Amino acid sequence: MTEYEIVIGLEVHAQVLTDSKVFCGCSTEFGASPNEHTCPICLGLPGTLPVLNKKTVEYTIKTGLAMNCDIAEFSKFDRKNYFYPDLPKAYQISQYDMPLCKNGYIEFWVNGEKKRVGINRIHLEEDAGKLVHAGSIAESQYSFADYNRSGIALMEIVSEPDIHSPEEARLYLNELKKILEYLEVSDCNMEEGSLRCDANISLRPVGTVTFGTKAEVKNLNSFRAVQRALEFEAERQADLLREGGKVIQETRHWDESKGITIPLRSKEEAHDYRYFPESDVPPLVIKDSWVDEIKRGLPELPAVKRARFVNEYGIPEQDVEVLTETKAMADFFEECVKDYNEPKTVSNWLIGEFLRLLNAEGIEIKESKVTSRHLAGMLKLIKDGTISGKIAKTVFEEIFKTGKTAEIVVKEKGLVQITDEDAINDVVDKVISENPGAVEDLKAGKNKAIGFLVGQVMKETRGRANPQLVNEILRKRLL
Amino acid sequence: MVKRILSSKRQTMKNTIDINTVKRMAFLSRLEISDSEAKEFSLQLSETLNYVHKLNELDTEDIEPTIHVLPLKNVLREDKVRPSLTQERALMNASCKEDGYFKVPKIVE
Amino acid sequence: MRLNEFTAQALRSMVVAGEISCREIIESVLHCIKERDGEIKAYVNVTGEEALKKADELDDKIRRGEEVGPLAGIPIAVKENICTEGIATTCCSKMLANFIPPYDASVIKRVKDAGAIIIGKTNMDEFAMGSSTETSCFFQTHNPLDTQRVPGGSSGGSAAAVAGHESILGLGSDTGGSIRQPSAFCGVVGLKPTYGRISRYGLIPFASSLDHVGTITKDLTDAALLLRIIAGYDEMDSTSVNMEVPDYVKGLKDDLQGLRIGVPKEYFVDGISSDVKEAVFKAIDSFEAMGARCEEVSLPHTEYAVATYYLIASAEASAALARYDGVRFGYCHEDAEDIVSMFSKTRGHGFGSEVKRRIMLGTYALSSENYDTHYLKAQKVRTLIRRDFDRVFENVDCLVSPVTPSVAFKLGEKLNDVLNMYLSDVCTIPLNLAAVPGISIPCALSNGLPVGLQIIGKHFQEEMLLRVAYAFEKNVDFREVNVGEGGRKV
Repeated sequence: MTEYEIVIGLEVHAQVLTDSKVFCGCSTEFGASPNEHTCPICLGLPGTLPVLNKKTVEYTIKTGLAMNCDIAEFSKFDRKNYFYPDLPKAYQISQYDMPLCKNGYIEFWVNGEKKRVGINRIHLEEDAGKLVHAGSIAESQYSFADYNRSGIALMEIVSEPDIHSPEEARLYLNELKKILEYLEVSDCNMEEGSLRCDANISLRPVGTVTFGTKAEVKNLNSFRAVQRALEFEAERQADLLREGGKVIQETRHWDESKGITIPLRSKEEAHDYRYFPESDVPPLVIKDSWVDEIKRGLPELPAVKRARFVNEYGIPEQDVEVLTETKAMADFFEECVKDYNEPKTVSNWLIGEFLRLLNAEGIEIKESKVTSRHLAGMLKLIKDGTISGKIAKTVFEEIFKTGKTAEIVVKEKGLVQITDEDAINDVVDKVISENPGAVEDLKAGKNKAIGFLVGQVMKETRGRANPQLVNEILRKRLL
Repeated sequence: MVKRILSSKRQTMKNTIDINTVKRMAFLSRLEISDSEAKEFSLQLSETLNYVHKLNELDTEDIEPTIHVLPLKNVLREDKVRPSLTQERALMNASCKEDGYFKVPKIVE
Repeated sequence: MRLNEFTAQALRSMVVAGEISCREIIESVLHCIKERDGEIKAYVNVTGEEALKKADELDDKIRRGEEVGPLAGIPIAVKENICTEGIATTCCSKMLANFIPPYDASVIKRVKDAGAIIIGKTNMDEFAMGSSTETSCFFQTHNPLDTQRVPGGSSGGSAAAVAGHESILGLGSDTGGSIRQPSAFCGVVGLKPTYGRISRYGLIPFASSLDHVGTITKDLTDAALLLRIIAGYDEMDSTSVNMEVPDYVKGLKDDLQGLRIGVPKEYFVDGISSDVKEAVFKAIDSFEAMGARCEEVSLPHTEYAVATYYLIASAEASAALARYDGVRFGYCHEDAEDIVSMFSKTRGHGFGSEVKRRIMLGTYALSSENYDTHYLKAQKVRTLIRRDFDRVFENVDCLVSPVTPSVAFKLGEKLNDVLNMYLSDVCTIPLNLAAVPGISIPCALSNGLPVGLQIIGKHFQEEMLLRVAYAFEKNVDFREVNVGEGGRKV
């Protein structure tokens, strides 16, 4: 691929996290029975009119601010006309030439270097319904339309063609998702369709500036799919060009199972969307005071938080990356540090045990029973010697499972560390008598044997003996 | 003045909407029309378009188009959920439905 | 005089005084419908049974001494493009022949709350596209004053119903003159208020930025009464304006002293019949006699209004009527192999030719290669037309003009002359483009047929319009003003 430069631009549709739809009062809740979250407005019944949801505007502006955009002083809505059975009015209320936000950028790290990708625009629009193809597509004669999604607010975030590798594309999306989650303006759930991405990709000979012909790739259902599809598409286009062929401007469909992109059969001649102003929705005049008010509500953004965690808590960069992956994790960390002021220990537990358990269960931090208090409480028990670090893992698993506090778990399971010398001496007696070989080895100067003997004592006490104490006692008695 | 008349004549010619254009517009509008309708529409639409071409007499270079007829702005509602229709009522006017869905001919993607 | 021949205001006081019951009013109107509608065909659907039930409910309330609304028991005829919950609302199109709205238009809610009783749904041109009520998919409506003639359109059914005493009040819609022109042809009062004054929620759109709901009544007082009920902000319509609604009935004053009335010279051009001109000039004389100062003014871009209108209205219609695809409501052509053909067949068979013609014109005007030269150009000219009104209203309080170039024409006379039919809206269209209010009142007779007078006001100055029209109504009996040959004969 060295002879061609890859040029990628991404269009992301993110569902705006509101209770009601953008132009009507229907609920946006996921998972209802088909067409139960519909009303005359989002079904496009004749005579109905749209009324704009204020929060969708504010959240879009908020996103624009977080992505360093210029916020429009004047913005309007337009009708985008096309026929498709999932689009009830046969036009989508969208924004054509006066989007809410323009000219921003996102920064993130690629292989240790800071990368900036421009944001061309962010605009607000309504989603279409969903078509379900019953049974096997080949067999069924029908498709089925469910308009619960119809009229849900979407932000379309369009990047500049500043992305130059499939990996960069994935990292860009990762950062974008993180920002949206931090802002709490979208829940970015790709499975539920609340985050969707289309990619434009073209190649040009290295050193040239003119753009090559692009293909648009659709049906990208995960960030990994984006990267894989773009890798495939870059290779496909490069092969074509190397053989002296031409890339055709077209829309291609990513086939996840086969790992290839295929051209969409397009019966229709090129779309003509016939955009024109939506006169049913008065325009938006956005004063500085409104923007300032929204700005005051902005949370700390991922990039700023990362830098602060490194400086304020002295946590290594790689760990900070994991710790700030979600706002929930970062907040958990800071809450926990308030109760137990050893940031590194807290961080290690979070990105170690806690993340392992979360991943194993496949749940989000917010869904887990563990609170920052739980963790801080347990760490205190380790520190004051009530439990050993080793036992703590068992304790934490139990907290994770039951949501009980560390104190209760330790009490119920009898996991208090044995620090009573007499009690340990009794076990040591037993271990010495049962392991004469190891005792001989130790006496003969084989220091390794001490580890084995300590291990045996720990085994006998089911891990509850204080290992330092066991070590001391063994040394005192045998050396 | 002469230039204006000439350009207006050219416009008149160009504006005549032929049967192919009528068919393209009909397709874009998803209207099945017969050949005889296409012919009739071609004549009528040409007549109308030749008439509306009258607007070219006006110089509108520096005129802002009307986007909204009244100076309304920022008409917004709070993000409150209101009751939806029941599934039955949502579907009551559909001629093809099944299991709570609207039914359409198979979509081939 | 039979009850159905009274005005709403008169019936109201009789009801309040306990002289008549609501049932008697409804029965009287239903009787008239039974007698006359076979010939006039104003209604596509008469909801008599339900209306009588409502009347009885109201009568019970009145008997119990309970509060009833200001329009209690008054029958109202509703145009077939205004949604009524549970009552078919078809736009007189095959496309919507089976459509039962699951909701009421906001104006319907308001008239119901005021106690008015829906007596039926009235005929109209298909999707309000027409000026004669001849493009209805059901049948033609006849002018009650001369059944060989059209009632005008597109609100021809409502105008004919009110003029024929088949209803007391009427609701219509006006996109380019569709209330004022049929009102002029039928000799009743038709009011198109300012855009945004009355909610459009539930009015099935033809062209969003030009559509208005308005009133058709027997006189000015009823117009004021009905407007007062249906005007005002509605949270369901973002383009309805949040402004106080004055008591229009109280505002009716027979006093034009010192008022400045403009007479736009462009509304008297060739094509306007001499009878109509004569009638309007006579009206102007009357206004002067009442103390108003009339002066000639100019709205220089008037001649471009029709062209501007047809581009914008058709463009908006092409989008507004795109939703009729057979999936969620309306006619569906089920015998189709795929979705594209289902859409095309449904729309090709469901719409009549006038509707198809306008959709295609609109699609053409919006398509990428024509957008700038057609749609955008028209929106720029629309700005010029609006400015004309702004400028002229700096110096006058209102304008008077003809409504239509001629009196009601014969059925079938213009049906096939598309462009000529469009051109006959020249006096009414500019108001829709500029969003200014206008009222049509009868001002004379030409061979026994009424001639309409249009009074045009500033934005949200309906009070002024009503006042000027009211003074005319008080001082001039139009039945005694004969123009044309009839005029000379007298």
